[in-house]
Amino acid sequence: MSFTIAKSGEVTLVEVEGQLIVGNRQELKQRVLDELDHGERHFLIDFARTGYIDSSGLGVLVSLSKKIRELGGELRLANLNDDLRTLFELTKLDTLFQIADTRERALESF
Amino acid sequence: MRVALEMAVPNDVAQIERVVARVVATCADLHVPQRQLHFNVPVALTEALSNAILYGSAQQGDALVTVRAGLADRSLVLEVADEGPGFDLEACTRDPTAPENIEREDGRGLFLMRRLMDRVERYGGHGNVVRMVLELP
Repeated sequence: MSFTIAKSGEVTLVEVEGQLIVGNRQELKQRVLDELDHGERHFLIDFARTGYIDSSGLGVLVSLSKKIRELGGELRLANLNDDLRTLFELTKLDTLFQIADTRERALESF
Repeated sequence: MRVALEMAVPNDVAQIERVVARVVATCADLHVPQRQLHFNVPVALTEALSNAILYGSAQQGDALVTVRAGLADRSLVLEVADEGPGFDLEACTRDPTAPENIEREDGRGLFLMRRLMDRVERYGGHGNVVRMVLELP
């Protein structure tokens, strides 16, 4: 699993490659918190190259979303495959996050 | 259960990805359907392993977690055994979709295991065993 962080205008774009699970979720959390500390407020996580996310990965997304909102920002998600979308629907996290079908649509919506 | 794979896993969450990949490969040999093979099995097994490592064997020093996969009748059976004191499955499962829980960071693991497998059971004896059963077509 690896993360790539890039900028697209005012949006910090995070790509997750591989699995987001208990063994690596803290790394993602810390990378996003570091960006928050640097003043970034708009985040998009792109899951186009993500295999699956476990409950601790989902938990980190929830906690990051809350933290970002508290600081006046926003976290959006894009490119969930059918399995990941099922996971979000089962846990009703699809009601908590704005989820776009593509990265472009997500970026347009900020 | 006819055991197709049994492996001892060091008490380290960094091992989970490797173990899940190995079990999924075994399940492919057992003709588990693709959707279950690539979604239900890895997600549910990852949760069971996390719980065993973080809450079970973690309290027991260098204890190992044992994973077994096999068939019983027309079902896939996955067992994750740890050396911890065990837990009450019903009491520990809460509804993470409830409004008061949805923004909690924790509490989705057992819920997902029970939604993605047909049966989840826990039993004691020597150590603590979580058994997950997926009925095959």
